Amino acid sequence: MRLLLLCWISGFVWAQGAFDAVPDLAIGRKVFDSQCALCHGADGSGGRGPNLRMAKLKKAPDDAALRKLISEGLAPEMPGAWQLSIREVASVAGYVRSLGKVVVEEIPGVALKGQELFQKTGCSRCHIVNGKGTGGGPELSAIGTRRNARHLREALTAPAKFLPDGYLLVEVEDARGRVVKGAKANEDLFTIQLLLANGRHESFEKAGLKRLTRLAGQSAMPAFDKLPAVDLDDLVAYLVSLRGAE
Amino acid sequence: MRVAILMCGVAALAQVPFERIRDAAKEPGNWLTYSGNYQGHRYSPLAEITPANVGNLKVKWVYQFPGARNQTSPLVVDGVMYVTSPHRVAALDVKTGRELWTWERPIPKDYQSIGFGRVNRGPAVLGDKIYVATLDCFLIALDLKTGQQRWEVKVEDYKPGYSMTLAPLAIKGKIVVGVSGGEAGIRGFIDAYDSESGKRAWRFFTIPAPGEPGNDTWAGDSWKTGAGSSWVTGAYDPELNLVYWGVGNPGPDWNGDKRAGDNLFTCSFVALDGDTGKLKWHFQFTPHDTHDWDSAHVPMLVDATVRGRMRKMIVNPNRNAFYYALDRETGEFIGGEAYAKQTWAKGLDDKGRPILVPGMDPSEAGTLVWPALNGATIWFSPSYSPKSGFVYVATREAAATYFKREAEFKPGTFFAGGGERRIPEAEQWGAIRALEPASGKMVWEFKLLSPPWAGVMSTAGGLVFGGSNEGNIFALDARTGKPLWNFHSGGAVAANPISFAIDGKQHVALAADKVLYVFGL
Repeated sequence: MRLLLLCWISGFVWAQGAFDAVPDLAIGRKVFDSQCALCHGADGSGGRGPNLRMAKLKKAPDDAALRKLISEGLAPEMPGAWQLSIREVASVAGYVRSLGKVVVEEIPGVALKGQELFQKTGCSRCHIVNGKGTGGGPELSAIGTRRNARHLREALTAPAKFLPDGYLLVEVEDARGRVVKGAKANEDLFTIQLLLANGRHESFEKAGLKRLTRLAGQSAMPAFDKLPAVDLDDLVAYLVSLRGAE
Repeated sequence: MRVAILMCGVAALAQVPFERIRDAAKEPGNWLTYSGNYQGHRYSPLAEITPANVGNLKVKWVYQFPGARNQTSPLVVDGVMYVTSPHRVAALDVKTGRELWTWERPIPKDYQSIGFGRVNRGPAVLGDKIYVATLDCFLIALDLKTGQQRWEVKVEDYKPGYSMTLAPLAIKGKIVVGVSGGEAGIRGFIDAYDSESGKRAWRFFTIPAPGEPGNDTWAGDSWKTGAGSSWVTGAYDPELNLVYWGVGNPGPDWNGDKRAGDNLFTCSFVALDGDTGKLKWHFQFTPHDTHDWDSAHVPMLVDATVRGRMRKMIVNPNRNAFYYALDRETGEFIGGEAYAKQTWAKGLDDKGRPILVPGMDPSEAGTLVWPALNGATIWFSPSYSPKSGFVYVATREAAATYFKREAEFKPGTFFAGGGERRIPEAEQWGAIRALEPASGKMVWEFKLLSPPWAGVMSTAGGLVFGGSNEGNIFALDARTGKPLWNFHSGGAVAANPISFAIDGKQHVALAADKVLYVFGL
């Protein structure tokens, strides 16, 4: 009973404090730089700790959860910040949120038309959206929360400019002279596994290959740079409208 | 009188007297101390597994740890293997891997690891006890046969950031330990405890107080938060009775503005009298470090002829990307050169002090420097093979942009003053390198896909064993670096290999993430 009461009181204090605390992003940045950047990177893009430049943080779905997480830490690796005031915690949370914000913009295209184009041009052969499609390329159901229209337009016309972290297109020639091209799915010192255009994986012993060429900076995705401007607008509008399951 | 007889009786019956560890080379079927011998060699005199038959190496048994990313270096004593994970010790039947006993101790709820993972790197044995260091900074002695606790001693208070992750070093009658906490503005030290009673025998502060030699290398009161952790197991020379230990970075890590001076004894090796802890000599690798280049390394004691003269050396491939050979009686610099890519120094002068490239300190806008903060190598063990005559080191090739920020000291919180942003993963890599022991000159390298987190072990059979982040456990030809055997372990390897015998047959053990693998022919 006493324990229950204590929990209730501390919960109450927490809630009160949280409402009172107005985040100050300058304070948040200062604290982040000195106490969080060591693991999460100076720009929040991650390191020992996860990337925080995301619209949605898995372990902190809302502001209250984020403040609680900052304050209490996350076992086993992340220490709690019990030394910070409620306002400092709120400010760090505010700053972390600001790292992952994508502003909704006015864009010229029509999302519905874009959706049709998405199917017609074969995008869904490589991208899953809301559970449909094939998954060779990145899943796009919430791409609108992560990328703005300008970025998406550029990614469509010049996909090689925005390769995801760790993406590498590889071409190998096996002992029989067969040439295979695919995105690197995994690799260790002695073997490499590729994701081929047909959606299947193939594994190779490096010692048995005639050639292994790393096509760094190249994308398996075709460039949609010949698409009429109006179609491109529609496609961008559709992608921007993808904001995850409601 | 009766007490005296009883004491003698205990000493006579003790399973692992000091002499057994000192003469570890005489019983290669056991692995009695962290590095296999006091000289820090991580070398096995066993020669049954060779370049010709290593291709037949198979898994004999595995042991599953309760948690992930295990860094333990097991000990093997008379048919029993001892492994640790944080606040846990397990004794395993060496033939089957079955648990004989386990010991556990809760981690306090308010304990925090400030700047490192919750790990344990192994136990120590001496007499009839096994010793383990805990995250909440206790040294615990257990009965070697049953795992029952004999005593515990509080080394320091964990709340301001002191912690222990290392394997203790058992020398004659004493257990030596060091502390983690270099990112929390602690004042580091190296301690020795009486192996029977647990009473502290001596303490050497790695950061000298006013009036002590070296304090004048710290501006004002900056020594009070000077860090200088001591988080990796040292080496020992029984003839000289000197304990050699690596000291970590100064605090705050990336902002050196308020700690003008060389900041002794951070980023140094210290040689301490085994009986008293008194400083015999020191050698500082990175004066006034601002990149977190701890010298928390296992020192290797190597005897070799240098320029026609027999030298008792202590050698170290350092986190700062330079290799050093020193005289272990005096600390005098013998030779060294960069063994990995570095952009912060033009070289070493004739005393071994780095000749700095200007403008390489962390800055508000960021400064790109090789190596990255985890260095060209870090805590995991290098190896020295008296047979091949080479030093082997798992080398990390990475750069980072270093940032300087304000650092405000609050006990028990990060006191780092900045951070790093590493170059993209695709531009980082690693290698197992063989170096000449007196100069650090490279003999061969075996390239790795990414900067490694696992140590190496060489063997009299002519092999070097290691592991990769991608889960490969591999054996290389010790003379050429040619890969001869590989096993896909399924987990990132972040531990040190050992070798021992089961029924007279050589085996190799190495942990990969949650699993300890034991291989044999």
